[in-house]
Amino acid sequence: MPGAGTAPEEAPEIAEVLEPGATGGKRLSPTKLYVRRFARNRPALGGMILFVLLVLFSLFGRYLTHWNYEEADFTALSVAPGVGGHILGTNSAGNDVYAQLVHGLGRSLIIAVAVSLMTTAIAGLFGTTAAYFGGKVERAMLGFVHFLLILPSFLIIALVGTHYRGEWKILVVVLTLFGWMLTARVIWSLATSLREREYVMAARFMGVGAFRTIVRHLVPNIGSLLIVTFTLGVASTVQSETALSFIGFGVKQPDVSLGSMLADGQNTLSTAPWLFYMPAALVVLLTVAMALIGDGLRDALDPTSQSGGRA
Amino acid sequence: MIEQRAVTTEPGTQRALLSVRDLKVAFPSEAGRVDAVRGVSFDLHRGKTLGIVGESGSGKSVTSMAVMGLLPEYASVTGEILLDGKNLLDLDDRRMSKVRGQQIGMIFQDPLSSLTPIFSIGAQIVESLQIHQDISSAAAWKRAVELLDLVGIPNPDRRAKGFPHEFSGGMRQRAVIAMAIANDPDLIIADEPTTALDVTVQAQILEVLKTAQRETGAAVIMITHDLGVVAGSADDVMVMYAGRPVEHAGVDELFAQPRMPYTIGLMGAIPRLDDRDRDALTPVPGTPPLLVDLPDACPFAARCPAVEDACRAAEPPLLTIGGAGTGAAHSAACRRAEEIEDGAIAGKPIFPVPAAREDRVADVPREERPKVLELSGVTKTFPLTKGGLLKRKVGTVFAVNGIDLDIREGETLGLVGESGCGKTTTLLEIMGLKPPEQGSIAVCGQDTAGLKRKQDIRAVRRDMQMVFQDPMGALDPRMTVFDILAEPLRAAGERDKKVLGTKVAELMELVGLDPEHRDRFPSAFSGGQRQRIGIARALSTKPRLLVLDEPVSALDVSVQAGVINLLNDLKAELGLSYLFVAHDLSVVCHISDRVAVMYLGRIVEIGDTDAVFDNPRHPYTQALLSAIPLPDPVAERTRERVLLAGDLPSPTDETPGCRFVSRCPLHTTLSDPQKERCRGVTPLLTDRGDPDHRDACHFAGTTTSVDN
Repeated sequence: MPGAGTAPEEAPEIAEVLEPGATGGKRLSPTKLYVRRFARNRPALGGMILFVLLVLFSLFGRYLTHWNYEEADFTALSVAPGVGGHILGTNSAGNDVYAQLVHGLGRSLIIAVAVSLMTTAIAGLFGTTAAYFGGKVERAMLGFVHFLLILPSFLIIALVGTHYRGEWKILVVVLTLFGWMLTARVIWSLATSLREREYVMAARFMGVGAFRTIVRHLVPNIGSLLIVTFTLGVASTVQSETALSFIGFGVKQPDVSLGSMLADGQNTLSTAPWLFYMPAALVVLLTVAMALIGDGLRDALDPTSQSGGRA
Repeated sequence: MIEQRAVTTEPGTQRALLSVRDLKVAFPSEAGRVDAVRGVSFDLHRGKTLGIVGESGSGKSVTSMAVMGLLPEYASVTGEILLDGKNLLDLDDRRMSKVRGQQIGMIFQDPLSSLTPIFSIGAQIVESLQIHQDISSAAAWKRAVELLDLVGIPNPDRRAKGFPHEFSGGMRQRAVIAMAIANDPDLIIADEPTTALDVTVQAQILEVLKTAQRETGAAVIMITHDLGVVAGSADDVMVMYAGRPVEHAGVDELFAQPRMPYTIGLMGAIPRLDDRDRDALTPVPGTPPLLVDLPDACPFAARCPAVEDACRAAEPPLLTIGGAGTGAAHSAACRRAEEIEDGAIAGKPIFPVPAAREDRVADVPREERPKVLELSGVTKTFPLTKGGLLKRKVGTVFAVNGIDLDIREGETLGLVGESGCGKTTTLLEIMGLKPPEQGSIAVCGQDTAGLKRKQDIRAVRRDMQMVFQDPMGALDPRMTVFDILAEPLRAAGERDKKVLGTKVAELMELVGLDPEHRDRFPSAFSGGQRQRIGIARALSTKPRLLVLDEPVSALDVSVQAGVINLLNDLKAELGLSYLFVAHDLSVVCHISDRVAVMYLGRIVEIGDTDAVFDNPRHPYTQALLSAIPLPDPVAERTRERVLLAGDLPSPTDETPGCRFVSRCPLHTTLSDPQKERCRGVTPLLTDRGDPDHRDACHFAGTTTSVDN
């Protein structure tokens, strides 16, 4: 985002370019550099703070209320926020919405981040490996991806989900297993152009091993794509989990996630709107935070990025 | 045909066709306002050619874009561009479009991207005709065929229906020239028209440009980085540096008496075919300044050996300094221009020639030195397939067809040839360390067929490293210089951070980089520095043989000289051997001990550099040598060229006979039985009395040697 907002931040970077001695004799690790660049990007930093707040909320939010998310208050069914000691009201079963939100956010966060991280990792490695080796290996690996793509994955996920009665860990595994193929295909097509690059050839001629070349040269150079995939993956996993929960195959009572809360809340949108809008707001916040972080990371990691400047 | 116009008379007696006054162009950027062009003024008369020379970023292309009105909206353009008395900067885009094409013809560097792939060549010329002229389709087509004929495309009737991908690079550039002159323009702007082409094709295209100019009587602005091209085609030359002309003179005057240290530096930095005795080139130190917030000082001061304190006080204006002879008055932007005489101030050369290092191995005769690389009969073929689902083989491309060569310790072998002749395939075959399809490759005495175990391959890899052509593409943009240089060491099993640190620092010093910069990313370095990083990386395993794939072709001349000198020094210091692949014969002749000339997968001539360059025997070598433009206008005008017809044919068939037959100038002079022999019998490398100088031509002895 080389907009007006980043323009003032360019000044210190120029100074860095012009003063070679500024780094001193000490080796400045790339990680430090990435952190420095990331911190310079205000929206990304905002997204990061928002994300940390959400995580903290999901971890420690429960200490702000004496209600447990599983506990039903039969004296206050479907009450509005603030009534009877329930900060955000209750649902029709008498569960405290605040306690459920805290728990549901935590559950959704774990599922979304875990699934997204694993699908991205698998897709990244699979795609680049296929591209690096080329030839028969590539064809076999792509054939496998294409085979998985034509399977009716949603149906399988739903069936497996029902079998294990909404156990969230199983949900993570199943969502991961059937979620990485399309990304892998995209990454493969991108990596095929990378494998012809001279630095990949140089590594090959220097005797650098295949795995090392893939991890050191191929994966980092599609890093921006991986990061965008990861960020969008978090948002889309929340959505798939919502969808699954909505049709009854996802997280089940007594466990709650943002998705199952959304599904419950939308039935009573006109009579008890807080049951829908509260989890919806959290989903929006989570998605926005991930998008901002992803954007900032992409700029920080991209050597040719405009707003990232030069090191 | 196009009606022939009389080329106009003496400049000065008439108003200039194009008159640019104090042209300034600035772009906004994140870092601040970039002053890309800072005050360019020149006059150009009909029928004359102005050469604009400069390194990348000197503002030469931006100047031409400003004349064409093709700069983006956000650029600020001030000054005056008068074409036939009309200020082009006052015209809006719609009226400017009329001028472009009708009055100004354009030829760009890349002929592939300046043609639309989905229309036939003829249709594209017809389109450019009908936009500007009220002409019927049939007449326009007829005219298009005429134009194609004019630029020397054989069978123009048939070829006009062809699509750009069916044309070779040279043919495409001819078609682009045909489009540029379609509306009989007054001004042709050629922006690096031959940079993407091979030398033999470049010579053809420059000829076509001259024909086009003669036919239309147009003035030409020739933008190039190649002083040789300028010497052969321009009347006036303007040297640009940091967005300003620093020297402007008639071509003879400029080459004979350059007055600005930068021009002198440029001329000293080019390796020249006609001056092979020089030991080292004279590089211009440093890099051009960033065009942001330039101080009021001579922009060249930081790189100039003749700098005085006053140079840093104010930017010198472009002043006329006498200037006899033809062409424009000689003017230079240097305070000391009057003192400079023959590249020297008070008898001392401005750019002293750096001392070449003593070659240690040179004393040992060649036969006694060990071979570091030996290829015998190496062949590489690619299948030619047809069909989508079920691919069937319809032929074989012989990319490399039975190559024999050897490199001994401390020796540089230059491998030259046009694009598509199999140079790169040969390199990849060598670097792949696999047994070739036919023949054998031995690195440092180890036959690649015998390399089975991983450790063996790794050991050989350490002895042979590669330097790539594109200094940006060869370095992983996401790794710091430290990681880039440490990678081969790590691959060889070195883990100790301290050892890595000292080794990396040593390597960086060896190639002339500051070890302080090891934490920077490649994008923070200039092209020449990046290539030094590439060389340092190749040296990190202490190899005996370096394979260099066009290592300087992507660099500017002044930087290129520094890298060539570095390579020569390293060779002398470390006793390295080089396999140096290049298409630029002048670079090869400067750096190589021996030369091998390749044509269509075969070596047609091999031998000692001096022997091959002084006495080329194969007609192809002779043509190659004569196609190279010399940076000397007098020699350019007088020498005889062996112009090759056509382009490189495709190396698909494996019928016997000489592969050069279709383009061979010698072949046409032979008698019929001799011609039969050329077509029927494949010539082998034979020595003619001198075992070290061999060529593959049946009738090489009957040729007269051509002066280069």
